[in-house]
Amino acid sequence: MIRSTFSSASLRVSAGFAAGAVLLFAVAPAALSDFRLGLLAKYLCIAMVAVGIGLAWGRGGLLTLGQGVFFGLGGYAMAMHLKLTDAGPGQLPDFMQLYGQLDELPAWWRPFASPYFALPAIVLLPMIVAFGLGSLVFRRRVRGAYFAILSQALAAAMAIFLIGQQGTTGGTNGLTDFEGFFGYDLDDPINQRMVYFIIAGTLLALLLLTRQLIRSRYGELLVAVRDSEERVRFLGYNPANVKLVAYVVAAGMAGLAGALFVPAVGIINPALIGIVPSIEFVIGVAVGGRATLLGPVLGAVAVAWAKTALSEQFPAAWTYLQGLLFIVVVAFLPGGLASLITLARRRFRRTSEESTAVGKPPSPAPAAAEEVAA
Amino acid sequence: MTRFRGRRLAACAAILVAAVALAACGSKTGQNTSSGGAVADTSGDTVKVGLLNSLSGTMAISEVTVRDSLLLAIEEINAAGGVLGKKIAPVSEDGASDWPTFAEKAEKLIQQDKVAAVFGCWTSASRKAVKPVFEKNKSLLFYPVQYEGLEQSPYIFYTGATTNQQIVPALDYLKSQGKTTIYLVGSDYVFPRTANKIIKAYAAANGMKVLGEDYAPLGSTEFGTIVNKVKASKAAAVFNTLNGDSNVAFFKEYKSAGLTAASMPVVSVSIAEEEVKSIGTQYLDGQLTAWNYYQTTAGAANDKFVKAYKAKYGADKPTSDPMEAAYVAVYLWKAMVEKAGSFDVEKVKAAADGITFDAPEGKVTVDGATQHISKTARIGKVGSDGLITEVWNSGSPVKPDPYLKGYPWATGLS
Repeated sequence: MIRSTFSSASLRVSAGFAAGAVLLFAVAPAALSDFRLGLLAKYLCIAMVAVGIGLAWGRGGLLTLGQGVFFGLGGYAMAMHLKLTDAGPGQLPDFMQLYGQLDELPAWWRPFASPYFALPAIVLLPMIVAFGLGSLVFRRRVRGAYFAILSQALAAAMAIFLIGQQGTTGGTNGLTDFEGFFGYDLDDPINQRMVYFIIAGTLLALLLLTRQLIRSRYGELLVAVRDSEERVRFLGYNPANVKLVAYVVAAGMAGLAGALFVPAVGIINPALIGIVPSIEFVIGVAVGGRATLLGPVLGAVAVAWAKTALSEQFPAAWTYLQGLLFIVVVAFLPGGLASLITLARRRFRRTSEESTAVGKPPSPAPAAAEEVAA
Repeated sequence: MTRFRGRRLAACAAILVAAVALAACGSKTGQNTSSGGAVADTSGDTVKVGLLNSLSGTMAISEVTVRDSLLLAIEEINAAGGVLGKKIAPVSEDGASDWPTFAEKAEKLIQQDKVAAVFGCWTSASRKAVKPVFEKNKSLLFYPVQYEGLEQSPYIFYTGATTNQQIVPALDYLKSQGKTTIYLVGSDYVFPRTANKIIKAYAAANGMKVLGEDYAPLGSTEFGTIVNKVKASKAAAVFNTLNGDSNVAFFKEYKSAGLTAASMPVVSVSIAEEEVKSIGTQYLDGQLTAWNYYQTTAGAANDKFVKAYKAKYGADKPTSDPMEAAYVAVYLWKAMVEKAGSFDVEKVKAAADGITFDAPEGKVTVDGATQHISKTARIGKVGSDGLITEVWNSGSPVKPDPYLKGYPWATGLS
C-alpha cells in the first residue's frame, strides 16, 4: 500500500514536470507574442529567485530580505562580461568612456572578459558572499528579525556602493545596451526566444534540484531546524551548517537568475537589487505559498504579471490595486495561492472517493499537495 | 522505486536536451533574420502615440506635468484636424521612476500598441535604459528634458537643451558678471557628474577657479557639511546641479548659514517653476536659474500656451521648461510627419532637418544631423511671487552641439 502511493506520487511528479515543460516550451512560445514572451522570461527569472527563497524561508525559516544582493552579483557579473565582449579586446565599455575618465580598464573588471571566469562567477560569487555572511551570522545564532534586518542592510549598502561608483559601475544608470550574448545578436527576436528557452530550462532544472533537496534527509533536517532549532542541536546536529546550506543554495539561484535577467531584459541597475526589489521577491513567495515547491514560482509569476497587467490597464492607479491584491491574499489565503490548489484537490478527492473512481487523474500541481501531506 | 527514479531522470534529461536543441535554433551575430523595426499601425482613422512618463514614484511630481503638457498639445492638434487627416490617440504608460520598467513599457508601446512615436522620459538613466529599445525596434522617442549631452541616438529627438544651450551660457553669464570663483554642488548621478566635468574644463580655459566639488546621494537631505564647506570657500557663486527633494534641504541650510543671493548667488539648472513652488519662494528669492523657457517669457505663442494650460489644468498650475519642450516635441513631430507625408520612421527622420516651429520659447529649428533643436538660452531670477523672470538671454537661438565640438576647451571630454 505504502509502496503503491509512493510510486504514484513519483509518477505524478514526472507528469507534473512534463506538463510544466510542455507549457513552457510549446504552449507559451506558440501563444505569446515576442514582447509577451520576453516578459514571461523576466517573470521566470524572478521565479528562480523565488524558488531559492522558498527553500531558505519556507523550508528553513530564514527570512532573507536581501536576495537582491545575490541577484545583483550574478547580474552584474554577466553584464560586465557582455559589456566587455561588446567593447572588444583592449577597449573600454561605452559608459566608462563617457563617465569614467579612465585610461584603462579597472583591475577588478579584467577577469570578467573571459567567459571561463564570468560564467562560474555568476553562481559562485553570490554563493561565496552568502557563505561568508551566513557562517558569521548563523554561528552567532543571529536569527529572526535580526537576520532579516542584516540581510536588508546588505542590499541597501550594495545599491549605494554601485550608485557611488559611476565611472566603473554605471551608477544609477546601471549597465545597459547589450549587443550580443555569447556571439548571438540580442536584437534578433529569434535569439530573444533562445534566451527564453534557456531561462525556462534553467527554472525547471532548479525546481528539480530543490525537490530533491526537500525530499532528502537534509530537507527533513532543514524543516526540523525551522520548527525547533534547539531540539535539533540536542540531537547532535549543527543547525548553523544546515541553515548555511539553504542560504548558500538560495544565493546561487538568485545569482543565476540575475545573470539570465540581463540578456532577457537588457538592463541591470541598482534599482533592481536594493531594498524594494528584495522585498518584492519575498512578497511573490508569500503570495504563492512559501512552504511548497511550486508556490513561490506561481506567486512570483502572478505578482510580476499582475504588476504588468495592472500598470498597463490603470497607469495612474495601479500601485493601489497591487497593494489591495497583497492584502486580499494575505488576509484570506494565508497559505498563498498554492493553498487554492490544495483546497481544490481536497474537494476533488472527496467527490472522487464518493464516486469510487479508480484511476487518478493527472494533477495540476502534485508537489504542492505533497508538501502539505509531508 | 529505482524504476521511477530512472523515469524521472529520463524526463529531466529530455527537458534539458529539448532546451539545448531549441537554444541552438538561435542565429549568430551577422546573420540577422529579422527585417527590423516594428511598423506603426496607421490603418484606422487614428494614429497612436505613446506617452512614457513616471506617474508613480519619486519622479512622478515632475513627470506628471510633462504628461499633462503632452496631452494638451495632442488635444490642440486633434481640434485642428489631427496629423495627415488622422486624430492622435495617446497611449499612456507609467515608467514608475524605475529604469527597467521604462524599458519594458517602451517595448510594449512599440510592439503591442504599434505607436508611431513615443514622447517622454525625464532622467538620463531612464533615457539610457530605453535607448537600446528604440534603436532595436527602429522607433522614435522624443525626449523633452535638458540633459548632459554627449549622446546622439539615431532614434531619439532631443527637444530639451544640451549643455551648450544651458550650462555653457550660464557659465558665460557668470563670467560676464565677474564671478571668477565657483563651487560645484550636485546630486550623485550621471547628469551632475558629467555637467561638472564640462564646467571644470570651461573654467580651466576661461580663467575661472573651481574651489570645490561635492556630491550628495539622490534624495539626500543632509547638507550641513556641504554648506559649511561652500561658505568657508568664499566662492563668488555656486553652480547647483542637485535634483529633486535635495534642493529643499540645501536651500534651507544655505539660508540658515547666512548665505544670500546677493552675497553668493546660486545658479541652478534643475529648478523650474514647479520646483520653486515646492521648495518655497522664501528660500529661493533672488537666486538664478538657467533654462530656455520661463512662464514669463514674452511672446504671443507663450501667452497662448500658458492660457491653454491654465484653462485645462487650473490657474495655480505653472508652466515650466520641460513642459514646454514636451509641448513643442508633439508639434515638431506633427510638422515632420506632414513634411514627410508619412508616419514611416525613416521618412520622418529624413524630413526632420530644418523644421521650424514658433514655440512658446521663441522660434526653434530642428538640426537633422544631431536631432537636437536650436534653442534660446535664458538666465532667470526667482522672484518673490515664485515666478522666474529673465535677466539675460543669448539673443538668438543657439545651435545644438551635444559633443561640444565647436568649443576648443572641450576637446578630450567625450
